[in-house]
Amino acid sequence: MSEPLAIGKEHQSQREPLVSIRGVRKSYGKHEVLRGVSLDVQVGEVTILLGPSGSGKSTLLRCINHLESIDGGRIIVDGELIGYRQHGSKIYEMHPREIMAQRKTIGVVFQRFNLFPHMTALENIIEAPLRVAGISKQDAIKRGQELLDRVGLKDFANYYPAKLSGGQQQRVAIARALAMEPKLMLFDEPTSALDPELVGDVLDVMRSLAAAGMTMIVVTHEIGFARSAGDHIVFMDGGVVVETGTPEQMLDNPQHMRTKTFLKSVL
Amino acid sequence: MSSQFDALGQRPQSTLDDIDAIALRRPWRWISAAIGLIFVAALVQSLAKNENLKYPIIAQFLFDWRIVNGVWLTITLTIVSMIVSTLIAIVIASMRLSSNPVLTSISWLYIWLFRGTPLLVQVVLWGYLGLLYRNIIIGIPFTGITFLTLDTNTLIPALVAGFIALTLNQGAYSAEIVRAGMLSVDEGQREAAHSLGISALATFRRILLPQAMRVIIPPMGNETISMLKNTSLLSVIAVLELYTQATLISSRNLYQVELLIVISLWYLTLTSILSVPQYYLERRYGRGFSRDLSLTPIQRIKVALKQFHKPRVRANKDGN
Repeated sequence: MSEPLAIGKEHQSQREPLVSIRGVRKSYGKHEVLRGVSLDVQVGEVTILLGPSGSGKSTLLRCINHLESIDGGRIIVDGELIGYRQHGSKIYEMHPREIMAQRKTIGVVFQRFNLFPHMTALENIIEAPLRVAGISKQDAIKRGQELLDRVGLKDFANYYPAKLSGGQQQRVAIARALAMEPKLMLFDEPTSALDPELVGDVLDVMRSLAAAGMTMIVVTHEIGFARSAGDHIVFMDGGVVVETGTPEQMLDNPQHMRTKTFLKSVL
Repeated sequence: MSSQFDALGQRPQSTLDDIDAIALRRPWRWISAAIGLIFVAALVQSLAKNENLKYPIIAQFLFDWRIVNGVWLTITLTIVSMIVSTLIAIVIASMRLSSNPVLTSISWLYIWLFRGTPLLVQVVLWGYLGLLYRNIIIGIPFTGITFLTLDTNTLIPALVAGFIALTLNQGAYSAEIVRAGMLSVDEGQREAAHSLGISALATFRRILLPQAMRVIIPPMGNETISMLKNTSLLSVIAVLELYTQATLISSRNLYQVELLIVISLWYLTLTSILSVPQYYLERRYGRGFSRDLSLTPIQRIKVALKQFHKPRVRANKDGN
């Protein structure tokens, strides 16, 4: 990456977290996936979610933009309760339109990219700005080209996803999420579906995004990335947060037995 | 050739001989082809020498104005019914897939009713609607207040009744095809669209439906061909489409078989023509799915013509 992704955003006071998760619970039938998860993410911070599969990290991520509803607790992003409205002691379900509005400020990058296969790379990126943000086509295309340039895919605007490698597809997916100028980016195992030699390019894009001050929550098994780009590491197991700390604390000197066992298995 | 050497600095092994194998013999292909040809020849001969078949009659009526009128009505009925029924199908399918229990029930009932009774029965019922409801009344139900009273047979003549019957029946079948198409689209597509803040309606129209079309079009081509032939059922309510015209003519001149051959030739021609738009629609919605779109027949002819004009370039044996 030649230059960090420039995302215009001033740092707010460190007092108020951008994301505040309090006691979140979620069940699928009888199986409780999240059993009271709490964590804060400050503006401009990169939080890494680590944990064995089935620990609930992906589910937590999907709850943050209400792709999954929650059964208990609260998720607050930028001062707004996600998915519900509270009047006094009563909680009301939100209209889908309001949920859509909340999602605009939260970008998501999926494990399987989920690019729209019938649209070119550029069309993928400008779809939401055109339809949702109501930006003119000229501006959307100009901005889309810039984003493609920044993820290192300047010459691939007119390629359909099927003609791109996995790493290229994931970088288009990141550009697509950035096109809505989100305040928060969620990454759900962004490199797990990639061939090993393609992982580096995607991680580079994410690093430059972090360097530019984007607030990010990343579910990943890339310990090297967690160490170099993460501000905090949150270790989850069995639907609860087991331990949190800086990368140094967590990776070099984990306190919990479960954290130690997990790290031994992935390092 | 880009380089004499590959990335590892090794010389490609081009010294081995090209494979020029002698093709495997497949005698049964020749034998089965010969047997097939014998049967075809026998059939052609039996028809050609058949004195009960009057070829001049077929030639005479092939472009008779009544037959041509029937052809046009058949085409019109097919096109209009397919378009309207497809719109109905999209609505019914999205109702069936919605989370609203009222909408799913209504769509289920619609499909159950129109798919569960024979099309012929539906055609006749719509044709005889006047026997069931002498007048069609617009007003407020259960109050006796009426705004407008219309005679059923004036409002719904046979042609309209036939069109309604074909369209509503087809809507039920097409709805299931559209639903199957929607189900074929990966769940991640909806999630990606939602996470970008794209509304449910825009997601359906811009993201899901175009991808579903790839799966929907082949069976819809099938349904269009069925529809073309099913228009002949409207003969029972005296709609003057192709089959009705043929029976009207043959009831007077008694050349039943000749006229059936005339209309069979027309039906075959029309169904053959229908495969052309299907081919192009499949290409259109295949964009981004197949890695390489093959040339259309027209493009291939153009390429062939260009090569014909240019002097042939000898293929280089080194494979450049």
